[in-house]
Amino acid sequence: MVNKKGRSSGGMTMKDVESKTMDVFRSVLSLPVAMSWEALVYNEYPGWDSVAHMSIVAKLEESFDCMLDMQDVLDMSSFQKAVSIMGKYSG
Amino acid sequence: MDRLGLSGRVAIVSGSSRGIGLAIAKRLAEHGAAVVLNGLRDEGSLRDRADEISKAYAVRVIPVIADVSTDAGAQSLVRSAYSEFRRLDIMVNNAGVLRDSLIGMIGSDDIDETLRINLRSVITGTQAASRLMLRNKSGSIVNIASIIGRFGNKGQLVYGASKAGVIGATYSAAKELAPSGIRVNAIAPGFIDTDMVRSINEDVFAERIRSIAMGRIGSPEDIADAALFFASDLSRYVTGQVLGVDGGMLI
Repeated sequence: MVNKKGRSSGGMTMKDVESKTMDVFRSVLSLPVAMSWEALVYNEYPGWDSVAHMSIVAKLEESFDCMLDMQDVLDMSSFQKAVSIMGKYSG
Repeated sequence: MDRLGLSGRVAIVSGSSRGIGLAIAKRLAEHGAAVVLNGLRDEGSLRDRADEISKAYAVRVIPVIADVSTDAGAQSLVRSAYSEFRRLDIMVNNAGVLRDSLIGMIGSDDIDETLRINLRSVITGTQAASRLMLRNKSGSIVNIASIIGRFGNKGQLVYGASKAGVIGATYSAAKELAPSGIRVNAIAPGFIDTDMVRSINEDVFAERIRSIAMGRIGSPEDIADAALFFASDLSRYVTGQVLGVDGGMLI
């Protein structure tokens, strides 16, 4: 959950969550340094297919030291959505 | 030399409060794996079993009550391994039920329940376990199918269908997970001495024994040894296989 100050329930700021999530996406999808994060959408962005999705999920779980609910795995349809989901698990 | 490579590894065995599941859990613990023991109810008894195994083999064994036929239960079982050990190397999808009925007498609740417990739990267990295994790019998933799932038997339409489904799930998961270093295999037990078969009448029992070339009922330990092979590094180049452990039973 994210409160009014932009902190996730575990105390990380959403900026931290976003940055950590970016690192994961960068490493799994080999993203360029400069890019439009809004364009990062599942099954639309080149390379983000179902196989890559599972690698992203595994890396996110490792990075945030958590296990995602199946529904969250399925709901992670864009980078922005991923940040919002990971906000629930940051702690 | 530890050729089995189980020391320090973590295993989940679903439905391991008794019978085949318990024998598998013990066998894996005997060879050095930490084990998550799972049952549907009776937490006290499951904890006692876990303590016994832990003392006998000097490995960590934790009891987890979870209904693996539900999505939440399957997830919580894997989550327990994660919380306790931060890794998962072996997943044995063993939980199952046996309900015999002639085709005209099968109730719809029995169909749903058998498929949910025997097949759906394997699918959701594989989903949850493989995600944790993906982190290390290695792992072994062992599904307990049945000789009935391979060859069928009268009075076992739903059970046979559920176990055939387990075999199909094994083949597909093996293909999908092999590039990630995760192996998926199945064991198809024949006539095994468990609570499931003790209720059958004497004549049927004798007939079943006559159909086994080796002339004896199998023991849970016979299955556990096959599971040990699939769980261990001895089968490091084996995936997508169904191993009949049935003493040469003919159906």
